[in-house]
Amino acid sequence: MEIVMSGIAKAFGTNQVLRDVSITLKEGEVHALMGENGAGKSTLMNILTGIHKADAGKITIDGVERTFPNPREAELNGVAFIHQELNIWPNLTLLENLYLMRPKRNKFGMLDKKAMLTEAENTCRELGIELPLTTEAGLCSVGHQQMTEILRILMLDAKVVIMDEPTAALTERETATLFKMMRKMKARGVAIVYISHRMEEVFSECDTITVMRDGHTIITKPTAEISVDEVVRHMVGRSIDEFYPARTTTPSEVVMSVDNLKPEGFDNDISFSLRKGEILGVAGLMGAGRTEIMRAIFGVDKHNGGTVTVNGSVLNCKKPEDAIKAGIAFITENRKSEGLILDFSIGSNITLPNLGEICPSHVLDKSKLNSFADELSKKLGVKTQSIHEPASSLSGGNQQKVVIAKWVGKKPSIIIMDEPTRGIDIGAKRDIYDLMNELTNDGVSIIMVSSELPEVLGMSDRVMVIHEGRVAGILDRIDATPESIMTLATGGQ
Amino acid sequence: MNDSFLEFSNLRNLLRQVSINAIIAFGMTFVILTGGIDLSVGSILALSSAVMANLIVTGTDPVLAIVLAAGAGLVLGGINGLVITYGRVAPFIATLATMTIYRGATLVFTDGNPISGLTQDPLFHGFGQGDIAGLPVPAITMFLAFIILWFVLSRTSLGRKTYAVGGSEKVSYIAGIKIDRVKIFVYALTGMLCGIAGAIITSRLNSAQPTAGAGYELDAIAAVVLGGTSLAGGRGHIVGTLIGALIIGTLNNGLNILDVSSFYQQVVKGIVILLAVLADRKKA
Repeated sequence: MEIVMSGIAKAFGTNQVLRDVSITLKEGEVHALMGENGAGKSTLMNILTGIHKADAGKITIDGVERTFPNPREAELNGVAFIHQELNIWPNLTLLENLYLMRPKRNKFGMLDKKAMLTEAENTCRELGIELPLTTEAGLCSVGHQQMTEILRILMLDAKVVIMDEPTAALTERETATLFKMMRKMKARGVAIVYISHRMEEVFSECDTITVMRDGHTIITKPTAEISVDEVVRHMVGRSIDEFYPARTTTPSEVVMSVDNLKPEGFDNDISFSLRKGEILGVAGLMGAGRTEIMRAIFGVDKHNGGTVTVNGSVLNCKKPEDAIKAGIAFITENRKSEGLILDFSIGSNITLPNLGEICPSHVLDKSKLNSFADELSKKLGVKTQSIHEPASSLSGGNQQKVVIAKWVGKKPSIIIMDEPTRGIDIGAKRDIYDLMNELTNDGVSIIMVSSELPEVLGMSDRVMVIHEGRVAGILDRIDATPESIMTLATGGQ
Repeated sequence: MNDSFLEFSNLRNLLRQVSINAIIAFGMTFVILTGGIDLSVGSILALSSAVMANLIVTGTDPVLAIVLAAGAGLVLGGINGLVITYGRVAPFIATLATMTIYRGATLVFTDGNPISGLTQDPLFHGFGQGDIAGLPVPAITMFLAFIILWFVLSRTSLGRKTYAVGGSEKVSYIAGIKIDRVKIFVYALTGMLCGIAGAIITSRLNSAQPTAGAGYELDAIAAVVLGGTSLAGGRGHIVGTLIGALIIGTLNNGLNILDVSSFYQQVVKGIVILLAVLADRKKA
C-alpha cells in the first residue's frame, strides 16, 4: 500500500498548524517523521487516520483519493495509529484486549477462548515475541501493553502503522524487542511511520527521514544521505528576529540553589542555581522531566532527597505554601486546571493568593480587594470590561495575564514559569516578554520552562537543557544556539 | 385556598418547623460549596442530643448543657473533617461510615431508650418552645445563625477560600491555601450546627430520642440544592439555602393543611426538587 499526502493544510481556530505538507509512505519502509514540539507531526497523522479533517490537500491510497471518516474506519482499512497513551483496557487480559472488537465465537455463539489463544500464540511465535496473554493488562509492563497493541493491529492486517514516540516509556530490552518486531513488520511489507526525537534510533532503524517545521515539510531524504547535524539544522532552522525585547538586566548573586534534588520517579538528581535578576531558560523535549523538576521544587509533587536553598535558608519543599512563604511563585503549564478558578471573577482570581496581605483581619474589604485587582489587571494589560467578569470569559492570552497578575501581586523574588506563552497570541506574548524584563530589572529571578526554542534563545540569560530526567548541560547565552540546545536535548554530545 | 395557612399562628408554626432543617442546611451549604457532602448530620444531632440529656440528668446546668451539645457536635463534625483530609477518604464514604458509627454510639449510650423528664428550667424550655416578641426562639436562633454565616461566607477570607476549594482544589492548593483546614472547618461547623439543632429538639420534647434526626441529611441536601448550590462545589449561596428550606417547609405545612396524604407529599416534594434543579440548569 502506498499513501501519498499532498498539500495538506489545517488550522485550529486562528492557529495554522499545517500549511503545506506532503509526504509519501511506501510499502516496507520505515519513515521517520521529525520536528520540534508543535511542528505538526501528530496533527498530520491525525488527519491521515481520520481524527481530524484537513482544510486543504488530498490523500491518495494506491493512486485512489480517499479520506477516512474516523480512526476505526482507518484501522479496518489497514491504517493504524499507536498513540503514546495506549488504547488498553487495564482490567482485561492481554488476550481479551486483542479480541475485544472482533471476538471469535464457537458454533453456539459463545466466545471461543481456545481458538483465540491459539491464533494469538501463533502470531507471537511468528513475530518472535513472548507475551503473558492471560495476564491482566494493568499488571503487565508498558512494553507488553504496547506489543499487544501492535499485535492487535497486525492481526487486523495493517498495511500502515504509525507510532508516536513508541520507545518513550520502554526499557532498553523492550526497545530492542520493539525494533525486532518492526523489522518483521517491514519484511511483511508494512509501511511504518516512526515519530521520534531520538536521533540514535531514527538513524539506526529508519530508511527515510522527513523533517517538519512550522507546518511545512522541510526535507525528505534517505537516512544514508543525511547527517544528524543536518536534521537538527532543519528542525530548528529559523533566525531569531527582532521579536524578543533586549535583555537589560545583569544577573548578580545566587538567590536559589538546587542541590541533588531527586523528584519522584527520577533516576538521576538535579542541581543548578539561579541568580538575582536572571532568566534561566529550561529547554528539553516533551517528557524530558522539566515540569516535574519545577513541581518538585514548588512542593506540588514529591521528591526523594536533595535540597533547595533560597536566599540562604533551606526550603522545605513539601507543600506549595512553604515555597510561597520563601518567595517563590509558580505559573503552571495548565492555566485552566491549575492557574485559574474559571467560575471566579478576574478580581477574585487575582486576589486569591493575596487575601492575607490585603485583608490582615480576614474580613474582606471589597474596596481594597477591588483596587488591588484593578491595579494589577491594568499593569498586566488584561483586556476586559471589568474585573468582575468571570475568568472563563477571557481569551487564552488574557487568562495567562491574570495568572501572572495573581502571582506578581504576591511580590515574589523567584517566579517559575512553565510554558508561559503556550497557546496565546503574538501580542500577548510580547506583553509577557516585556513584563519578564521589567520584573528582572526589579530584581526578580525567573525560571522559564519552554518548548519554543526561539523563546528560550530570545529571553534567557542561561539555558539549562534537560534530557531524560537529568541536566544535559547549562549553556551561557553566547553558547546557546538552536543546534547546541537540540544536540543536548536529543542526547547527543 | 385554605385560610388557616396564612394565619399568624400557622406561620409561626411553619418557622418553628423550618428552623431545624434550615440550621443544618446552612452547614451543609458550606460543605457542598467545598465539593463535599455530609451524610452524618442526623446522627450527630441524635448523639449530641443524647449527650446533652445525659448531662442534664446528671446535674449539669441546662443552659451550659446547650453549649456543650454544640461543642459535642463540633467535635463529631471535626472528626469527619479529619477522616476526610488526613485519612483521604471521600466525603460520601467517610460520612456514610460516621453516620452509622454515631447512630450506633447513640444507641449504645442510651441503651436504645429515650432520656426524658429532663428539667423544668424555663430558660432551657424557652430554647425550643418559647417566643420572643411573637417569634419562636428556634426561628430567632435560625436567623442569627443565618446572619453570622452569611457574613462568614461573603465577607471573610475563610468564606472566599470555601468557594475556592470547591471551585478548584488544585488551583487553591498551588495558591498556598491550606485546603485541609478549610475542609475541617466546614465539617466542624456543620457538626456544631447539628448540635444546636439537637439542643432545640431536646428542649422542645424535654427528652432525647435515640432515633432523632434520621433522614435529616436528605432534607438538608434538598434545601441546599433547591437553593441553587451546585453539588459540584464552588457555586451557590446560603441565601438560596434559606429560601430552599422555607420552600420545603411550606410544602410540608401547606400539603398538611390541604389534607394531602403524607404518601403523596413525598412525591410532590421530590417533583419540586427535580423541577427546581432542571429550571436552574436551563438558566445556566
